[in-house]
Amino acid sequence: MQIRLEHLTKRFPNRNKKIKEDVIAVNDFDLTLPDGKLIGLLGPSGCGKSTALNLICGLLEPSSGRIFFDDDDVTSIPAERRGVGLVFQSYALYPHLTVERNIRYPLENLKGDKKLTKEQMKEKVLQAAKLVQIDELLERKPNELSGGQQQRVAIARALVKTPRVLLLDEPLSNLDARLRLQTREEIRRIQKETGITTIFVTHDQDEAMSISDTIIVMNAGVIQQVDKPQDVYDNPVNLFVAKFLGTPAINVFDGKVEDGVLYIGKDAVLKLSGIGNRPVKVGIRPEGFNPEENGPFVCDLDRVEVMCRDISVVSRHEGSETDIIRSIITSEHAKKMKGEKVRFSLKPEKVHIFDKETGERLYFETV
Amino acid sequence: MAVQKQNDYETKAERIKAKVGRIFVYFGLFLWALIVLFPFYWMLLSSVKSYAAYNGEFTPKFFTLSPTMQNYLDAFTSVPLGRYLLNTFIFTVLTTGLMLIVIIFAAFAFARLDFKGKDIVFTLFLSLMMIPNELVVITNFVTITNAGLRNTFAGLILPSVTSVFYIYLLRENFAQVPDDIYYAAKVDGTSDFRYLFKMLIPICRPTLVTIIILKVIECWNSYVWPRLITDDQNYFLVSNGIQEIRENGFGRENVPAMMAAVVIISLPLIVLFLIFRKKIMAGVARGGTKG
Amino acid sequence: MKKNNLKAWLYLIPAFIFLGVFMVYPLIDVLVYSFEEGYNFASQTSFGTGAYNYRYVLRDPYFLQALKNTFILVAITVPVSTGLALLISLGLNSIEKLRDLFQTVYFLPYVTNTLAVGLVFMILFKKTAYTDGLVNLLIKLFGGEAVDFITGPYWAKMFVLCFYTVWIVLPFKILIFTSALASVNKVYYSAARVDGTSKFRMFRTITLPMISPMIFYLVITGFIGAFKAYSDSVALFGVDLNAAGMNTIVGYVYDMLYGDSGGYPSYAAAAAIILFIIVLTITCINLLVSRKHVYY
Repeated sequence: MQIRLEHLTKRFPNRNKKIKEDVIAVNDFDLTLPDGKLIGLLGPSGCGKSTALNLICGLLEPSSGRIFFDDDDVTSIPAERRGVGLVFQSYALYPHLTVERNIRYPLENLKGDKKLTKEQMKEKVLQAAKLVQIDELLERKPNELSGGQQQRVAIARALVKTPRVLLLDEPLSNLDARLRLQTREEIRRIQKETGITTIFVTHDQDEAMSISDTIIVMNAGVIQQVDKPQDVYDNPVNLFVAKFLGTPAINVFDGKVEDGVLYIGKDAVLKLSGIGNRPVKVGIRPEGFNPEENGPFVCDLDRVEVMCRDISVVSRHEGSETDIIRSIITSEHAKKMKGEKVRFSLKPEKVHIFDKETGERLYFETV
Repeated sequence: MAVQKQNDYETKAERIKAKVGRIFVYFGLFLWALIVLFPFYWMLLSSVKSYAAYNGEFTPKFFTLSPTMQNYLDAFTSVPLGRYLLNTFIFTVLTTGLMLIVIIFAAFAFARLDFKGKDIVFTLFLSLMMIPNELVVITNFVTITNAGLRNTFAGLILPSVTSVFYIYLLRENFAQVPDDIYYAAKVDGTSDFRYLFKMLIPICRPTLVTIIILKVIECWNSYVWPRLITDDQNYFLVSNGIQEIRENGFGRENVPAMMAAVVIISLPLIVLFLIFRKKIMAGVARGGTKG
Repeated sequence: MKKNNLKAWLYLIPAFIFLGVFMVYPLIDVLVYSFEEGYNFASQTSFGTGAYNYRYVLRDPYFLQALKNTFILVAITVPVSTGLALLISLGLNSIEKLRDLFQTVYFLPYVTNTLAVGLVFMILFKKTAYTDGLVNLLIKLFGGEAVDFITGPYWAKMFVLCFYTVWIVLPFKILIFTSALASVNKVYYSAARVDGTSKFRMFRTITLPMISPMIFYLVITGFIGAFKAYSDSVALFGVDLNAAGMNTIVGYVYDMLYGDSGGYPSYAAAAAIILFIIVLTITCINLLVSRKHVYY
């Protein structure tokens, strides 16, 4: 099912009562989410992504704008009749009910012609339990389950009534690191098997990058970029997106463009066309540095860190926004790392230039 | 080595000291247990002595070789003890039941629903907790009398079907249930009303049990209000019944029969207590105050 | 969520009706009563308004007797029951064997009918023509003189009343203290023992401060409860407490309202308000003192 948001906006009164201005948690969302895909809603904490999720599932009413599921306008339909499945960050399993009763609960609430017989319910519960591989645990109470198991029950409960859309709010944040990797594959598998349009909210870029078909990056209530994961990484539309995605993080420098040459500090690092003379922000991905004996970009070498396959060079430069620059190089270059200075040439496709004030991407061609 | 030895010596002295201390502790605890239990033993004992035997003992005996059940028969036949028990049972069940309905709805509104003026209403509400019953009982007496409800169950029950304290207790418990559970139930298709019955009440059952226990004890032992509002024996509760028996039941000084009545009256709560000992004690400790 | 004004009020209606009729209205009404002079219950008329009811009550020897009785009862039973409960709880806390049994036994008075067991106490303490009663036998065994505790001298009656009151209120206090003691983190004791602290010092410097909120809670509720004493006295001395000289303030209120000497709701109201003011004052004093001495 396709979800269409039209100018969706949610304002809250400011918690600090002295400030009259509302907080805008979701600002003018206008997009269409493709049918049957796994969509990651990514952003730093407090950016309004959970609010967006709650608007879609109907727990919050938008201040303005509309929500469509396919062609149905569901904006004013309350959560209990919207037919969505939601998995909470805390799982919110009903503590007094067994796993089976938990999963069956949404079915018991169906009314009218959707009402199911006992046998049908049993069948559906078992089906959902098998899908998430907890059919052995049906008689247990939630407090007798591990975090991972609780998570699966929550997903089964959300799936059992075959929702039009499945929403997951930070589904992995309460799991330990190993389980997190496993579970995200699981979510991917379940989504592919059921084909239900799924939106999951996360602040963890790895999570979003690894399993989503599409990523929505948002910040401060505003959508920054909607794209395939690799495209968002390779082609960030602004400085925020560039900084938010990628580990190690992108290196940001103050620079300027003068007569077709990009300067960082005194170093003329790149020749380019398409940007006029102006001060800019320069973002360089860690893998964008090539150590080269006569490279134009001269940094003070701090140390070399070896982490498994990667060799990470830590250096300093006066133009850098942060104290250190981190670059990742291949091992054959490692022996060149001697002395006090290190010189790099830059891979142009890993260099992104942004407006110094607005952070908007400035596109260029290499010469 | 020397140090080692000294330590040994010290622990030995300490051990003796601790042992003596423990004997004292046990002795004291035992003494108080005796003081607590003795009245119960005495009422049981006296209740199975015959009238003649009891009054013949200038120095009461601590046991009896010829127990009789006659006093228990008398307790049910010569005074309407069965009636008192039935009244108290009806009173307790109806009061507790009605109260549960009233407080569950109120607690739910305060805990989960959002409405204009909620904070101020709740504050006013809490301030009512400071009002002692003695202050309002006068007007209530007049109200019930004027309404012609003296010597009726309605008159007995109505003034005690709300408790600000229990509403408060329950509201706190309802509010502890995470919001996510509420939202999850919403997404799963639950109305507010259904959420209250399917989720909140089962989840908060321990608190409800506590409240029921406290209220049942309170009802079973209530004396003052029933005394004010009933003078017809047909509506006496056990407390008033026992007072009536004492003043003019059984003829003069039939202590064994009185004791039989006392045993019968005390038994239901004691049996209940022995069955639900852990729950009741935990409940009272949580519930805080008596009355 | 949306504001559900109507729905919320629907849920609240039952509670509000009952509270309104049986709590808020009476609260205002009792004040009115207490200032209406010469209120006649039958014709429901009064002469005028003023403080006459208060003057009457404060001069009534029965009220003064009740006031005296109540104050003596409070002054004796609150410290004795709190102290005894603390002592017993400390004892319980220090043993392991038989602890459950003792706790169960100690709790029994809580679930008994005050009136019914009061009757047993009366039998135990009473001296009649047929028998001196068990307690007197005990006194004589130790070489004392038999006293009639129920219809005899004032101090003897007061003793029984205090004794019975302590017996009744102790279970609750023991329960609260034992759970408070059990919740004191054992780490503190271990730390103190490593530092070589004596048992008494441990009690004074660790246990007492840790359970001080509970002590004050029990003292405050104890005061309030003891000021409202009534049914214990009825249980021991019968309904005609004025004749027995063992009335309490609450008893005076009820007697004024109803019974052989009843029918004076105005006097009852004035007495009830005097009681309320006393309790409020004592509670405030308690709270002020506790703010200085309680470690939260």
